[in-house]
Amino acid sequence: MEVGLMRRQWIQYIEGLIHEGTLDGQYLQLLQLQDESNPTFVSEVVTLFFEDTEELLNKLRIAISQPPVDFKKIDDHVHQLKGSSSSIGALRVKNACIDFRSACEQQSPDWCSRCLQQVEQEFYGVKEKLSYLYAQLEKRILNAGGSIPADLSF
Amino acid sequence: MENCYCIEPQWPADELLMKYQYISDFFIALAYFSIPLELIYFVKKSAVFPYRWVLVQFGAFIVLCGATHLINLWTFTMHSRTVAVVMTTAKVLTAVVSCATALMLVHIIPDLLSVKTRELFLKNKAAELDREMGLIRTQEETGRHVRMLTHEIRSTLDRHTILKTTLVELGRTLALEECALWMPTRTGLELQLSYTLHQQNPVGYTVPINLPVISQVFSSNRALKISPNSPVASLRPRAGRYVAGEVVAVRVPLLHLSNFQINDWPELSTKRYALMVLMLPSDSARQWRVHELELVEVVADQVAVALSHAAILEESMRARDLLMEQNVALDLARREAETAIRARNDFLAVMNHEMRTPMHAIIALSSLLQETELTPEQRLMVETILKSSNLLATLINDVLDLSRLEDGSLQLDIGTFNLHAVFKEVLNLIKPVTLVKKLSLTLHLGPDLPVFAVGDEKRLMQAILNVVGNAVKFSKEGSISISAIVAKSETFREIRVPDFHPVPSDSHFYLRVQVKDTGSGISPQDIPKLFTKFAQTTVGPRNSGGSGLGLAICKRFVNLMEGHIWLESEGLGKGCTATFIVKLGIADQSNESKLPYTSKIHENSIHTSFPGLKVLVMDDNGVSRSVTKGLLVHLGCEVTTAGSIEEFLRVVSQEHKVVFMDICTPGVDGYELAIRIREKFAKCHERPFMVVLTGNSDKVTKESCLRAGMDGLILKPVSIDKMRSVLSELIERRVLFETS
Repeated sequence: MEVGLMRRQWIQYIEGLIHEGTLDGQYLQLLQLQDESNPTFVSEVVTLFFEDTEELLNKLRIAISQPPVDFKKIDDHVHQLKGSSSSIGALRVKNACIDFRSACEQQSPDWCSRCLQQVEQEFYGVKEKLSYLYAQLEKRILNAGGSIPADLSF
Repeated sequence: MENCYCIEPQWPADELLMKYQYISDFFIALAYFSIPLELIYFVKKSAVFPYRWVLVQFGAFIVLCGATHLINLWTFTMHSRTVAVVMTTAKVLTAVVSCATALMLVHIIPDLLSVKTRELFLKNKAAELDREMGLIRTQEETGRHVRMLTHEIRSTLDRHTILKTTLVELGRTLALEECALWMPTRTGLELQLSYTLHQQNPVGYTVPINLPVISQVFSSNRALKISPNSPVASLRPRAGRYVAGEVVAVRVPLLHLSNFQINDWPELSTKRYALMVLMLPSDSARQWRVHELELVEVVADQVAVALSHAAILEESMRARDLLMEQNVALDLARREAETAIRARNDFLAVMNHEMRTPMHAIIALSSLLQETELTPEQRLMVETILKSSNLLATLINDVLDLSRLEDGSLQLDIGTFNLHAVFKEVLNLIKPVTLVKKLSLTLHLGPDLPVFAVGDEKRLMQAILNVVGNAVKFSKEGSISISAIVAKSETFREIRVPDFHPVPSDSHFYLRVQVKDTGSGISPQDIPKLFTKFAQTTVGPRNSGGSGLGLAICKRFVNLMEGHIWLESEGLGKGCTATFIVKLGIADQSNESKLPYTSKIHENSIHTSFPGLKVLVMDDNGVSRSVTKGLLVHLGCEVTTAGSIEEFLRVVSQEHKVVFMDICTPGVDGYELAIRIREKFAKCHERPFMVVLTGNSDKVTKESCLRAGMDGLILKPVSIDKMRSVLSELIERRVLFETS
């Protein structure tokens, strides 16, 4: 398959992610930061995100399952997560975090658990999709000698 | 005694007889002698007398006769022979002379007679000349009268005065008894007595116009004598006994304005005549003389001319009055129109302000509301409110724009802008909708399309958005393709619009934008109505939330940009292609640096990179930190990072020109931080710029940052352009107001 087609596929994939709300414009900003001097910037940052988030989710699980629930702490963690996810443009994760924060304000454990589940769900979803993106689509392009597009226009 | 042939006169016998003879002879001689003396005297007196020789002869004859008679005196008594001889000589001489004279007279008497006849002839001639002189003098006087009359008639332009004056003057000049003027009535079938000399108020007689006498007068341009018994002449009830004076009638042509169109004097093209009737005094033996008739004819002509002048004047006065009335009316109408326009403009100005202020309030407050914490239901409601009010604001703007456009008072805001960016912006705005509707959207920018252009960016974008928006609105599936190229002359041939001949020049180019969609298309009969205001398509999708103004406004913008817009469609269900061409100016390099500063990110690109700029980033969130660092590295800065406040305070030094601090982590007090930094850098100008990164935009945070002396505040997420402009601002101006 020739490079142009691969690149088009890549673009369409990303457009699809944006369309369904998984990613937002911030991800595109990140793409623009990627250039010859920094060819893997995006994947590096995203990987960092994945790692950080895993840790945070662990902490959250622990915090929620241990009564009395320290809502302040949970709120801090969720705040962190919200910040990270908005930095890379994981829209759904961010929205889930916002809901989570509301739950924390209400100090309702049930609601918090539900929100946590929601956050996890969204996170794993994004992780899967982006992994596919890097491991399959981008790798293919790079192997074929092409470069990853910096934006979605032709 | 010798033969004495005389009888011895005896005094006593015929003494008495002798005595008488003696005395007679004496007197005869005396007379005979005195006649020549008289003749000589008179001849001497008159030099002209031609027959001197005759007179001399005659004188001689007379003298000799006298001598004879004188000598006869001596023969009465005894006389000597000498006396007898003398007597005889005298007698002989006398005989000779008298015979000669007699013979001479035979010659000269005819001459004398002819002199007499000549004299007679001359006398006759003189008498004749006298008469002619008299005639000429009369004519001269008549001429003077005519001139005076004409002068009187022509000195006024008032119809009534003209006619009255004519009659008066004529009456005076010709010593008339009565003078009358008959004018044709409106119907033209009768003559009405209009003016008379002596009767103050003409009774209003009318006579039918086709009387034979009238026709006779009308058919000739001369003054004709008519019978005093004819109806036109019987103006006064006659007492019966006196003999009426002779009457003359003449026609007066009533010339109409149209008669003067032809160059030569209008002859018989006019059919309307008035009749002037003149009556000599009754009981006078006067007769109409030729010169008087001529005078009358001349006067009639003059009257005709004067009347026509009066008519022309009336006509022109009437036209002028009419024009003045029209002028007044027009002026009034104009003033009314001006008042109406002013009222409308005032209304628009007021409504402009009045309508927009509440709209702004609604939109601003709704968007602020959106930023606060809301339940999902509330959020949905606020979004709906925002969407609707945006729509309404657009509608109001459209209507106001349209009225300004119609007015011709709308002017383009010309400026240099990034053409490519306009299209990208349009794409970004439309992209979400196309993604929702599952339409594919492609943009093709021509290879020679300049990056910068001079024109009205906002309205160009409005036009493109409108066209693309329509394409998206009316397509349920398929694809939308936008292409923008520089129009060359080949493309102009495609344009099927007459009168549109764009001419590219060195300073301008023509941008051609074409939007193709695979949507519902437009039926051919709807195409002409597309650009009319408020008109929706009759078939196809119903009103999907538009006012019908979009394309109308679009067309006007395109026209203002000296371009043309048109739509083509093969029919319903077959998609539609919208194309427009507009004229834009070519931006030269020098224009780029004149880009105005606004707080919008896209237009401020003075520095594209900041090589070597040392910055410090403080953020406890690893991901955020990496992203911010990547951003700054991309812009060419040398970035150091710190993960906590302590680390930050440790690392920060004079080398760092800008520090970015993320203070949205709980437990970080921006105010405190700022104080501590300031303490660290006692002197102000060595202190690095302090920029706060935060995720919330509430007023309290902003105010406290400003109070703490922060140089700026940026809202996360930060885009490249935003960061770039922030750094530019800091470098350029050493101060940064809040950016959002």
